[in-house]
Amino acid sequence: MRDRIKSLGNVAGLAIAWCLLFFSFGAALGKTFMSLASVEQIFRQSTVVALCGIGMTFVIMSAGIDLSVGSIVALVSVVVAYALQQHLDPSIAILCGLVAGTLSGLLNGAIITKLKVTPFIVTLGTFLALRGVAKGIAKNQKIDADFTWINDLLARVHADHRWMVFPPGVWAMLVLAVLGAIWLRYTRLGRHIQAVGSNELAARLCGVPVERVKLAVYSFMGLCAGMAGVAIFARLSVGDPTTAQGLELQAIAAAVIGGASLMGGTGSIAGTLFGALIMETIGAGSSQLGWPNWVQEIVTGAIIVAAVALDRVRHRRAT
Amino acid sequence: MAFLELHGIEKRFGATVALGGVDFSVESGQVHALVGENGSGKSTLMRVLAGVFPADAGTISLGGERFAPRSPRDAREQGVAMIHQELSLCPDLSVLDNIVLGMEQVSLGFLQKGSQEALARAALERLGHGSLSLSQRVGDLPIGIRQSVEIARALAVGCRILVLDEPTSSLSHEDTARLFEVVRGLRSDGLAIVYISHFFDEVKQVADRFTVLRDGLVVGGSEIENFVDEEVVRLMVGREITDLYPRSARSVGEALLSVEGLAGETRPTEASLTVHRGEVLGIAGLGGSGRTELLRAVFGLDPVVSGTVRVAAYQGPASPARRWQEKAGMLSEDRKEEGLAVSMSIADNASLTKLPLWITDDAQTRGTEPFLSRLGVKMRSPLQPVEELSGGNQQKVALARLLHHDVDLFLLDEPTRGIDVASKEQIYRLIDELAVQGKAILLVSSYLPELLGVCDRIAVMSRGVLGPSREAKSLTQESLMREAVGS
Repeated sequence: MRDRIKSLGNVAGLAIAWCLLFFSFGAALGKTFMSLASVEQIFRQSTVVALCGIGMTFVIMSAGIDLSVGSIVALVSVVVAYALQQHLDPSIAILCGLVAGTLSGLLNGAIITKLKVTPFIVTLGTFLALRGVAKGIAKNQKIDADFTWINDLLARVHADHRWMVFPPGVWAMLVLAVLGAIWLRYTRLGRHIQAVGSNELAARLCGVPVERVKLAVYSFMGLCAGMAGVAIFARLSVGDPTTAQGLELQAIAAAVIGGASLMGGTGSIAGTLFGALIMETIGAGSSQLGWPNWVQEIVTGAIIVAAVALDRVRHRRAT
Repeated sequence: MAFLELHGIEKRFGATVALGGVDFSVESGQVHALVGENGSGKSTLMRVLAGVFPADAGTISLGGERFAPRSPRDAREQGVAMIHQELSLCPDLSVLDNIVLGMEQVSLGFLQKGSQEALARAALERLGHGSLSLSQRVGDLPIGIRQSVEIARALAVGCRILVLDEPTSSLSHEDTARLFEVVRGLRSDGLAIVYISHFFDEVKQVADRFTVLRDGLVVGGSEIENFVDEEVVRLMVGREITDLYPRSARSVGEALLSVEGLAGETRPTEASLTVHRGEVLGIAGLGGSGRTELLRAVFGLDPVVSGTVRVAAYQGPASPARRWQEKAGMLSEDRKEEGLAVSMSIADNASLTKLPLWITDDAQTRGTEPFLSRLGVKMRSPLQPVEELSGGNQQKVALARLLHHDVDLFLLDEPTRGIDVASKEQIYRLIDELAVQGKAILLVSSYLPELLGVCDRIAVMSRGVLGPSREAKSLTQESLMREAVGS
């Protein structure tokens, strides 16, 4: 029982931290911040980081890392815009984007498992290379695309559809989060991912198909980045090969604030979501308070380190 | 008054009493052995001495003066050095850098190479390693020499009390013999030495006195002449162990594992063996002779260069997954590195080879509990992380995996290394039960009494070549050792 409560306690702690943060900004800013509309905005704006964070949680659980996420996202936004420019149906354009993302992830996974190079180096390479591919497809400029229903995916919910609370893009992210959490918590593949991250040699001894597990993990990361790429395109309505710089670090930060350990073996999807929300809330709150950008960055940085330090202290007390 | 005296040491962690008022003393020029099961308080007592944490009550005096170290560093500077089971060396640094680590001699910020070298050289010479190159990378040295480097580090600080915690658990026989020479040399230099070990024969060879701990209390102790195995076991366990190596009537059945002329990349070079249902085949040999490599090749963890391996009816490309499918299971000699995913739960570790597609906590608990309780794993619940368990209990979890998978062929590599006597006894009893049930067991061990006590047949591995197997009844420790060293 105690062991079950411990994992719940982590998520509950993050939820409380987020609420405290939200209400303290709310106290300072008043009604404009303490509204459903502003909660909706925070969710919409954190969707891209959250999507990448979900995939990153899987990667970090398996004791890996993916530095190429931002580049994959940019590539996907370019692919979607390019497809629309070729007058393909928006749903086909989205599919192209998701396939491009998944294939990029699969490429990472294949190099990591076949050539036995560490994930850090492999994805450092694809971080540069995939950004190059995106720039090549876009001929080094932004690709404009016509306005389609894709752009409604992350737009503010229309007054007629208030009952939806969030736009479809946010719901898609939440559904992915729930599926991802179930996958990690209740399936054999999820447990295999955790085992590979916790002790790869032990996993091998136990006959866990380590290579296939890693391929699955990086491909899923690619799919998540694909969804994030579609989300970014929906917001900007251009395919921009220079977008999403540093997104991979935000995704890692979300996962780490959410309790994932870079040593592998631990992590939680719900925690990662709160990690993304906490970072976005700091951003939204401090910009509405008129704090300059550099203050935001200092606060966010401090929170990341504080969150991990707190987790360490809790852990030490528990054992 | 003795050189080092611990008096009435108490230590609690929350509600658990780790030490309940322990008295312990060592004279200069004396080796004092501390024996007890895992969890009896040996490590806690030594950590108090080494300044890892303070005692809740009690006093320590060192050389007649009150000793209350504020930190491990403080204890080290006052002359208390500990050598742990797991060495704490930096593999990428040189021998010299490791020895002077943390007490580098500098002038204007620059290392004083000459005086450092003299210091390190002197320390190594006391250990009989005067010819070791100081510039060699420590990670490239064999384990026995690495340990000497660690002891040299302690000597270089000027230690007066040396604590050796299970120093031989990863050493070969030759290295162990060398270590004993070193310990005797340091004793005659006037060092006070605390020696912690699970191996009774080692204690009898090297110690002058012994003290037995159980549940945080001293339950016995005397001069080493009065060390009687059965008596010490009784003190450690708190009850009588009638027969450490139970052996019931077993009936030999069909062959489950046949190995013909097996050679791996480096070791083994030539190994053939057959294990039948209902028997325990032991493999003896020195560390590095290729025993572990033999098991790894059989299990598909290391490549097979030539020769054939047949498990049950299957002969063909091997992988661990394939072996588990054929109902063969392997227990790794290295619990932490390879045997267990220690951050995961007990249940997950025990069922990792045979997880259902859909996993719930309740099903995991129900599915693994019978095997865990059969082995007597002391735990809060099967959902507890493995890292919170003691060494002996961790080993039982690794064994529970084989039971949970319901394997017929058990490949056990050093199943009792570094665990307490009570756990050892349980594992020996389990092996006997499995053999009676008609399972086939291949047992690799460095501990000869264990092999002789548990096995039906024993073969000896020497420099990569596996000798013929012989009836255990016809063998002695001496005959096995002669064959292992190749004389």
